[in-house]
Formats: sequence, C-alpha cells, structure tokens
Amino acid sequence: MADDASLTPVVPETPVRKFNINFGPQHPAAHGVLRLVLELDGEVVERVDPHIGLLHRGTEKLMEYRTYLQDIAYFDRLDYVAPMNQEHAFCLAIERLLGVEVPIRAQLIRVMYCEIGRVLNHLLNVTTQAMDVGALTPPLWGFEEREKLMVFYERACGARLHANYFRPGGVHQDLTESLIDDIGSWAKAFARPLKDIDNLITGNRIFKQRNVDIGVVSKEQALAWGFSGVMVRGSGIEWDLRRSQPYECYNDLEFDIPVGLNGDCYDRYLCRMQEMRESAKIIIQCVDRLKKTPGPVMTSDNKVAPPRRGEMKRSMEALIHHFKLYTEGFRTPEGEIYASVEAPKGEFGVYLVSNGTNKPYRCKIRAPGFAHLSAMDWMNRGHMLADVSAVLGSLDIVFGEVDR
Amino acid sequence: MSWPATEDQLVTLGDKIVQASHGAITGAAYAFGDLTLTGPADKIVSALTLLRDTFGFQQLIDLTAVDYPDRPLRFDVVYHLLSLTQNVRLRLKVQTDEDTPVDTASGVYPNANWYEREAFDMYGVFFDGHDDLRRILTDYGFHGHPLRKDFPMSGYVELRYDDELKRVVYEPVKSVEYRNWDFLSPWEGADYVLPGDDKAEAK
Repeated sequence: MADDASLTPVVPETPVRKFNINFGPQHPAAHGVLRLVLELDGEVVERVDPHIGLLHRGTEKLMEYRTYLQDIAYFDRLDYVAPMNQEHAFCLAIERLLGVEVPIRAQLIRVMYCEIGRVLNHLLNVTTQAMDVGALTPPLWGFEEREKLMVFYERACGARLHANYFRPGGVHQDLTESLIDDIGSWAKAFARPLKDIDNLITGNRIFKQRNVDIGVVSKEQALAWGFSGVMVRGSGIEWDLRRSQPYECYNDLEFDIPVGLNGDCYDRYLCRMQEMRESAKIIIQCVDRLKKTPGPVMTSDNKVAPPRRGEMKRSMEALIHHFKLYTEGFRTPEGEIYASVEAPKGEFGVYLVSNGTNKPYRCKIRAPGFAHLSAMDWMNRGHMLADVSAVLGSLDIVFGEVDR
Repeated sequence: MSWPATEDQLVTLGDKIVQASHGAITGAAYAFGDLTLTGPADKIVSALTLLRDTFGFQQLIDLTAVDYPDRPLRFDVVYHLLSLTQNVRLRLKVQTDEDTPVDTASGVYPNANWYEREAFDMYGVFFDGHDDLRRILTDYGFHGHPLRKDFPMSGYVELRYDDELKRVVYEPVKSVEYRNWDFLSPWEGADYVLPGDDKAEAK
C-alpha cells in the first residue's frame, strides 16, 4: 500500500469528524431488536456499543414464581429458533437434582428432536447470513425445509414452535410409527436441498468476498471471551459438548465434529453447513434405533412423571398423583446444579438453585449468544460498516436468549 | 479427565486448589456431581488468576448472583469455570452485600465485563474496577434491581401508549396481580393460616 500511495499525487487531507450512527433496533440485519451505537471514522468502524435488553421479559424472575413444570414453557421462548434444545438443558438439570433415569426410547426421541432443532437453527442462520450480505434466494429455499421440520414438531407435540415437549424424566408422549418413518425419509432426502443451498452460496463470489477473512477470531480470543459452539469450532478448537461431555445417548451415536481453520465468518458458515449433514446422520441413526426399541418414553417414577390418562381414570392412586403433580408439582432436593447442552448456538447452560420447594429459588440461564454478542466491539474494530452485518450474522444471535 | 469426573477426582482437585491458593479459596465441596469452591470476596481476582493460570480453567462460562435476603451478606456471586484441556467444570462462590463491591473479574476473563453489568443490573452488586458498570438488560432510566427477592414480580411501573400525549407513558402498576398460588402442602410446613381454621390462634 505504501508504494502505491507514493505514486499517487499528494492530496491535502481534509479533517473528517467522527461519525456516530445508530444501527437498529429495527433493522433487518440486526436479527431482532439490537441497537448498535457505531462510531465511524469515514466508513471504518472505530467502536461498537451494543445496547441489548429490548426483548427482556424477566424470564428468570417469572420462573422463581412458578413450578418446575410451568417453567419448561419459558425455555421455548428463549431461543425460539430451536426451542427443544433449551428445554433439554432445564430437564437435564432437574433430572440430575432428582436422580431420575430417562428410558432409552425417550433419550433417542430427545436426541432426534435436538438434532432437528440444530438443523432448524443452522438453516435459518446460514441462509439469513447470505441475505445479510445481499442474497435473497437462500432464505426462501431454507425456509421450505424449516417448514417441514416445524410440521414434525407439530406432529409430536401439537405446536409448531413453542413445543413444551420435553419433561423431567422423558418426553410428554410417544411418537407414532408413521411420524418416525416420515422423519427418516426426510433426513435421507435432506442431502439434496442442502446440496442446492450449498451450490447457491458456498462458491458464490460475492458471498466469499463478504465473509472470507472477516471477523477473524483466534483460538486465544475464543477461549478468553467464553465462546462456545461454532464460534470455537470455527477457530479450530475441537470442542463439542456432545462429544467431550456427552449427555443422553450421544456416546452411542456416530457423527463427526467439523472444525474450521481460519476462524473467519466463512469458516463458521462452512462448519454450520457440515453440522447439518452430521445432524441428518444422527437423525437417521435415531430413527433406525427407535424402530427397534419400543418401550416407555417417561420414567415410571410417579412422584415426578404424571400417570397416563387411561390409568388415571381407573386408579385412585394415579388420580392423586396426577392432582398433586399438576397443582403442587414435584419438589427437588436442596442444592445447586449446573447443566449444559450443546445447543445449536453454543453452550446453553442452566444454573439451578433449589431450596427444597416446588419452585426454583434461582434459575440462571447461560445463553451462548450473550457471550458472543459481548465480543461485538473488538470483532468489528477496523472493519468496514458493511462488515458489521456479516459479523453479526455469523455470531448467530437470537434476542430471545440474549435478553431473556 | 473422563466425563463425568468421579467424586474422588473432583474432591482431590478441590483439595489441591485450596492448598495452592494461599487463602484465596477456603472451601471445596462436592454435591450433585459439581465441585463448588468458596472463598473471601476480596481475593477473588487472585483466586480466578490462579485457577486460570495454574489449573487450566481457560473459560469463564457464567457469572451471576443469588440473593439470600436473610443473610447479613445477602448476595452470593457465582462464577462458573470450564477447563477445556482437563475437561472439568467448577463453581466458585463469594459473598457480599449491597454496599461492598467485589473486584472485577474482567481483567482475568474479558467476558466478565457484560456478566458483571448484568449482575449489577439485576441485583445491584457493585464491581470495583469495572470500566463501564451501566445497566444492560433493563430499560433506559429503570429504577431498582428486579431479581432481588424483595422486588415484586409485577414491578412498580407499567407503560402504555397514551393517545392524547402521543407517546408512551409510565404509570404505577394497577393491572391485575399475577396469580401466585401457594400449592405447598399445608401438612408440610406452610406458614399461613388456612381460611376457617379456628384452632390456628390457640396453637
């Protein structure tokens, strides 16, 4: 650059004053309600100050006033792009406090739906990241697949989005044979639409120009800033809770962990694409095993899990259990626990403090997006204004979980 | 360490940390598969530095507070750490009150910056040395610390759009009280008087 500059005629530099602009809170590339105060020198970003909390609903406060069973519904409303993954962390925390065993069929259903959630999330993120840098077709193609997955949600629990399907001790109800078949055939056919999206984005010149070498995160930075999920894997750290701290039956399933090389936005995109293929692999394995393993989908401990409806109509004891569970709810032993899962966006954790009653004394939700968004300032410094939306898109932010 | 770490492994690790800390970490306990360390609040930075540099806890996963209004030091400040190399987690707790600040952890783990802002916003815990202790999740101009146990669930103000003033106005809460039924069994330690319980006075 210095050589080029010496060749061009010297133009006296006019003093430029720094420029402050407001990005959001209603901006399509803000992925929700994010207000960024950007300090610009010309078109170069000098400082970013994210103002969050515009979607703060006080989830943690509300949970302290409701029973454990009522609290599960709040977890759907955190990261509303992959609802069941959040419920999973809360159920695991309660199960570890109570010492409840989950039947194998319920574990398989949970894993399968968590992977469906991962595909839901990555489809949204990958395609809207393409939209943030100017491509309009990918979201339309991606949402077609998301729609099919939402129908699988609906067929399992009756709701397309706010599932409330995982329960402490298992899942609410069993899946029908035809639903399992349909999920299996979808997972086998998913390679094709994914290939289409891949053809559309991966080699695209504009997409590469906007993402390669943008928002580079080194290994040291990823660790120091508490990153997790794709944000550490994109930087070349092999860390996935499904492998390194396995929960449910992830240990018995075969899948690979994609890892990036350069830690830029493009590598994180590639990781997400590969993770969707791995998720499809896991779903197919779960479908095969579900067909071979009939059995209960809920623990038989009636102090935690309500009896089946048919049983309730005939047995007095079951009726009492049903009444007690849906009014008072179950109690957890006094203590505290931290349970975490590999949610699509990173490590989603629940820190639960119980004082021995039927409501949590304190429930802190550790959202991956919160840690990622706090890094916006240094990640964007020195980048151009147009790169802010590319970096933001690759952080994979959903405000339901950041603001809680 | 294999996952999940056994009780023996965690207890041994806890003892080792307590011995190496020169009083920065005073207690180690194991419960429900988690290792919990406790220490004095004024030595939190040296405790975290020791855990990061000597014991390899590279990541601050979470920082939060818990409110126990009956205690003289009413707040627990809770740090969750993760070691990727040893594959182990731990929890570190210190106690403080409304007035005594805790030293900021943002020099050790930079992401503590936002977590401390959140703890300040929600509980009013002060962090000494923090460069930017603003509110983070609540509204601009919000009063109070909503996650304290003495803060009502419905808050103190509500807002609506005023058609005459053509702007959003804040008013004291007058909407219906949230339903908050106490379903704890009256035979097991509920401390309220049941309606119509004449003998409650005599007891």
